[in-house]
Amino acid sequence: MAEVLVVVEHSAGAVKKVTLEMLTLARSLGEPSAVVLGAPGVAAALTDKLGEYGATKVYAAESSDVDGHLVAPKAAVLASLIGEVQPAAVLLGSTQEGKEIAGRLAVKLDNGLLTDVTDLAADGTATQVVFAGSTIVKSKVTRGLPLVTVRPNSLTPSPAPATPQVSTVDVSVPDSAKLARITDRVAEAKGARPELSEASVVVSGGRGVGSADNFKLVEELADLLGGAVGASRAATDSGFYPHQFQVGQTGKTVSPQLYIALGISGAIQHRAGMQTSKTIVAVNKDAEAPIFELADFGVVGDLFKVIPQAAEELRKRK
Amino acid sequence: MKIVVLVKQVPDSGVERTLRTDDNTIDRGSANNVINEMDEYAIEEALRLREANGGEVTILTMGPDKAAESIRKALSMGPDGAVHVVDDALRGSCAVATSKVLAAALGRLSPDLILCGAEATDGRVQVMPHMLAERLEIAALTGARKLTVEGSTLTIERQTDEGYEVVTADTPAVVSVWDTINEPRYPSFKGIMEAKKKPVETLALADLGIDAGEVGSAGATSAVLEHSRRPVRHGGTKVTDDGDGGVKLVEFLASEKFV
Repeated sequence: MAEVLVVVEHSAGAVKKVTLEMLTLARSLGEPSAVVLGAPGVAAALTDKLGEYGATKVYAAESSDVDGHLVAPKAAVLASLIGEVQPAAVLLGSTQEGKEIAGRLAVKLDNGLLTDVTDLAADGTATQVVFAGSTIVKSKVTRGLPLVTVRPNSLTPSPAPATPQVSTVDVSVPDSAKLARITDRVAEAKGARPELSEASVVVSGGRGVGSADNFKLVEELADLLGGAVGASRAATDSGFYPHQFQVGQTGKTVSPQLYIALGISGAIQHRAGMQTSKTIVAVNKDAEAPIFELADFGVVGDLFKVIPQAAEELRKRK
Repeated sequence: MKIVVLVKQVPDSGVERTLRTDDNTIDRGSANNVINEMDEYAIEEALRLREANGGEVTILTMGPDKAAESIRKALSMGPDGAVHVVDDALRGSCAVATSKVLAAALGRLSPDLILCGAEATDGRVQVMPHMLAERLEIAALTGARKLTVEGSTLTIERQTDEGYEVVTADTPAVVSVWDTINEPRYPSFKGIMEAKKKPVETLALADLGIDAGEVGSAGATSAVLEHSRRPVRHGGTKVTDDGDGGVKLVEFLASEKFV
């Protein structure tokens, strides 16, 4: 079977969930090979996890050039690896970085690309959900190999243990790929909550939450459910919660098992970021709020009464 | 500093959007077409740089005749002029072909800085800045929430899942911006009047030395095979809080095995 390259997303020495999802998908298409791009020494810590989800090979492309610049060096390394391996398909995460690498690869290889893919069939037919989750599209790369970015939380990862053979990839990055230098990385406190785009539970607050201080309620409910916290644009624009947690058209797209919308009316731009969630719960004082058209369960009421009571009930049941 | 801002006309993301049933392309005929919202932040950033450092700001748009409306709207915010790449053969162009056309147009303009929105609200593909950088062999600084220019050095801050990165490059470069970077101005009456007289150069594929077969549906590197409406979600149970709304909510979560 032909190799399927999975470009590993990792952070702080751990494999991100979308990578496990991609390995699971890759197994239905061919032999999954994981490609680790990063600083020297980064691959060793990831190999076991990649093997657990079926990677039969791990290509380690480690270099400070890869780590110290925006995506151009990664695309350069991948382009030569693709030329060597001639894979059946290349999968990347549908994240800002994954899409950017894919875009450069598409130009380098004069190859089509498909982003935000939720499924890929063995014949190369990809499924995408577009326009605020309202339309399903089946599409295909018609020039070159299937080069796709896979939307996080599109499938459930399942283990299939393999013992990967690790090979080191020679990293030679041309100067033209080293133009955008990362001079600093500043960590911002994010606590123990799961990452928004990967979380299986997301609790979001909107304008109805009313203030930054009141977002503690949203956080409390999220923590009781082991979820991530999100916010509508109205909430981030009002300064209630930081912008990186914005869910919607101009923010993150999430597709968790459970999405709870608190004080969010459900404008189409917000729905764009959460409409494909499996189960949706809403609390809003306006019975006519459009969010209720999507919600599997809705409570019309004051969230400052409903949420503390729900939190209390959850604590009781623990 | 010579700045080019990429502006795309898109169907309004605030209303229902559809694909055409005949060829699976975006139905631009029935849609209310507007400037891609994120591009307004790029225009604003360009105008601020011009106010601080002098120079000129040019809008570059690829799109059908109708896109001229969005170009005038963009010009009413204050840019000096525009270039509109318009050609029937461009219909149905994929991202790879679009980048080829825009890169050719940018090659004629040779700007110091190319600014664009971080994504278009129709495709949400986010690849154009890096595709252009790849073709033009210049730097791409993407997803900026802050941009600083000192001489020929550009520095951005970009949000990551862990915090933010500081990234720097020399001009020429392409910089894409998120809506956190500034607050776009509203066009003034004077701006709207002046926009009518500002120069808009139109370019066809032949002017860019690109063959019609390389772009549009004919030259596309990917194809939409079919599309369908996603099953409409129907609201489920809706209860009014009578003092036990929180408990009912948790009971629902329990029935769905979330607790």
